[in-house]
Amino acid sequence: MTFSHAVWLAVALPLAGFLVNGALALRRPRATGLVSVVGPGVLVAAFVVAAGIFLELWREPPHAPTVVSLWSWLPVGQLQVDLAFQVDQLSAVMLLIVTGVGSLIHLYSVGYMKADPGYARFFAYMNLFVAFMLVLVLGSSFPVMFIGWEGVGLCSYLLIGFWFNDKVNADAGLKAFIMNRIGDVGFLVAMFLIWRAFGSLDFTWVTGHAADTLAPGGAVVTAITLFLFLGCTGKSAQIPLYTWLPDAMAGPTPVSALIHAATMVTAGVYLVARTNVLFALAPVSSTIVAGIGALTALFAATIALRQYDIKKVLAYSTVSQLGYMFVGVGTGAYAAGMFHLATHAFFKALLFLGAGSVIHAMHEAYHATHSHEDAQDMRNMGGLRHAMPWTFGLMLVATLAIAGIPPFSGFFSKDEILSAAFARGGEAPIYYLFYAMGILAALLTAYYMARLMAMTFLGPNRTGERERTHLHEAPWIMTGPLLALGVLSTVGGALNLPHLVGGHSALERWLEPVLAPGLAVGRLSMPEGSTEYLLVGAAVAIGVIGLLLGFRATLGRGILPAREAPPDTGFALVLNRKYYIDELYEAVVVRPLLWLSRVVLWRGVDQGLVDGAAVNGAAWTSRVFGGGLRLLQTGHVGAYVVLFLVGALWILRAVIR
Amino acid sequence: MPATSLLGPSLGLSAILFSLGVAGVLLRRNAIVLFMCIELMLNAVNLSFIALAQLHGSGGQIIVLFVMTVAAAEAAVGLAIILAIFRLKQSVDLKQLNLLQG
Repeated sequence: MTFSHAVWLAVALPLAGFLVNGALALRRPRATGLVSVVGPGVLVAAFVVAAGIFLELWREPPHAPTVVSLWSWLPVGQLQVDLAFQVDQLSAVMLLIVTGVGSLIHLYSVGYMKADPGYARFFAYMNLFVAFMLVLVLGSSFPVMFIGWEGVGLCSYLLIGFWFNDKVNADAGLKAFIMNRIGDVGFLVAMFLIWRAFGSLDFTWVTGHAADTLAPGGAVVTAITLFLFLGCTGKSAQIPLYTWLPDAMAGPTPVSALIHAATMVTAGVYLVARTNVLFALAPVSSTIVAGIGALTALFAATIALRQYDIKKVLAYSTVSQLGYMFVGVGTGAYAAGMFHLATHAFFKALLFLGAGSVIHAMHEAYHATHSHEDAQDMRNMGGLRHAMPWTFGLMLVATLAIAGIPPFSGFFSKDEILSAAFARGGEAPIYYLFYAMGILAALLTAYYMARLMAMTFLGPNRTGERERTHLHEAPWIMTGPLLALGVLSTVGGALNLPHLVGGHSALERWLEPVLAPGLAVGRLSMPEGSTEYLLVGAAVAIGVIGLLLGFRATLGRGILPAREAPPDTGFALVLNRKYYIDELYEAVVVRPLLWLSRVVLWRGVDQGLVDGAAVNGAAWTSRVFGGGLRLLQTGHVGAYVVLFLVGALWILRAVIR
Repeated sequence: MPATSLLGPSLGLSAILFSLGVAGVLLRRNAIVLFMCIELMLNAVNLSFIALAQLHGSGGQIIVLFVMTVAAAEAAVGLAIILAIFRLKQSVDLKQLNLLQG
């Protein structure tokens, strides 16, 4: 019995946590002590299992994945799908990230959600989410992965609308659910196509037989990968299905950190890395993936420039960073994409949790004075570094990481993606464009992060005279996980240190067995020597310039509290309103759809055809016929006799003839 | 005089009696009279059975016995119903029996 064979435990533990916490939420909503132990406890236990699996693989890296089949799930004719988990280098990395970052965020939530009446319910949902997320990353076939894929969507919906008393939050949950559903259709169609082409849905079979089943660059593989990517755009919030993610910030902040930054939204990147050979066989799809990624990275970064809600900035930042990951996997640098996924999980979780601490402090301050100001508006913050030195320092670390300043983790992963895009440009010049867009997005990233830090922590305080004394640092149960994430954000780059600084690309070599089928189709030759130095130098310079510009522009300008601030004008207003994309979708998709539903489908088809023609029509027909036949029933016996006689004579006539 | 020579007049009488019975059923309103007309029709049919038995063997005569039996039973039931109607309505006029009229 090895750890790999006990992989089901990693899923079963959070699931058990969900059952316990769910039961407590229904029966004993006040039993917060037990919830505080069970909720994070199962996560830590799952992390231990994950670490065991990882160490086992580390000691003896296998060349083929270990598939642990639990039971036969869908035995339908030729379709044989087992509920099976697959342990290999890729899923082990994801397992570590999900349980590791998940544990920290669960611990943080103990402090953050302490006063919430839905405490047990919150942890039940969170545990359920982690269970589904682990099914997603461990599933050994597309359908099993799809269980997790749908399950995390459900939990995302439940947690976004966690405070469902507010209609805005409930609507945000619905929006996320529906947008994801559009992407899921793509995933489903891709599964049908894969089944047609391969006759199997297992990852091992598909990756093993892709090269001799599908023609490289053919229509089938292009269609499969494009439909898969449609699923990714929904789950990972890429253009055109990204608009749900910023609205998802309606949920509690730990939810934003866990689901909408570190884990669930990276499922799309993981899917592409998992099916790398399919994408490698479809260069057109790969180019589209990288193009959409670059476009999203740039587009979302510009929106982040003019948001005032601290979580909204981070939300668009997440969309933008996910775009980077897709540039990586679309370029064929799957390891780089996964690397950025890992480092992003660290520093973005840190940023969100830090923002959570800030909101927590702001909320308590406004609560103490019964003020109804917006606790998330950065215009109401400022100068918080005095009150919250730990949060400030740790968020600064994350800012340096996301801005790509060496030696923080984000620098290495982002640089690797950009270098890969640059390298691919040699054979497909359009990748030079993606590289340029990535660099520009990096500049904007540094800028908006500096703006966020400056507005929140630097300058004079704008919270209010009476509230100022109530601002204080978060409790240790919240700053502790922050500290751990801060360490990870700092040294996370060591996962995959490039040769340039004396490393040996550990993560890349680690993932080699899983990524080999894709790399066998098209391996990138990364830039070396002077080109590499030039690219690194450019990336660092861009980051530094962005940060300096951001700090200067924000601090140089007097900022008024949200209540007194003048409305934005010109292009700043366009950015603040997110290019009016939501309004555009509302006008182009939502309203026509509602009109279609209301006027055509409801009034026309349902009320007109079904109710009118079919149901009432049948009733009307029988009433008219009945009314006609009723006239025959006079009640006069004589009349019946006459009719009887006429009938008898008529029959007699027929018989005699 | 051969027996078959009576066939034509017998059938003719039977037809006349039957038509009288039908006309009575159609035209009369009194339930008793109507009942008697039905008996008339039954006996007209009996007459034609007897007459035709001359040609086709004794089956017709046997049928006549059955018809008389059934007619007796029918008379008993029918008179009982008419009696019940009279108790209800104090009349045996068919025009007043219109409870089922919609």
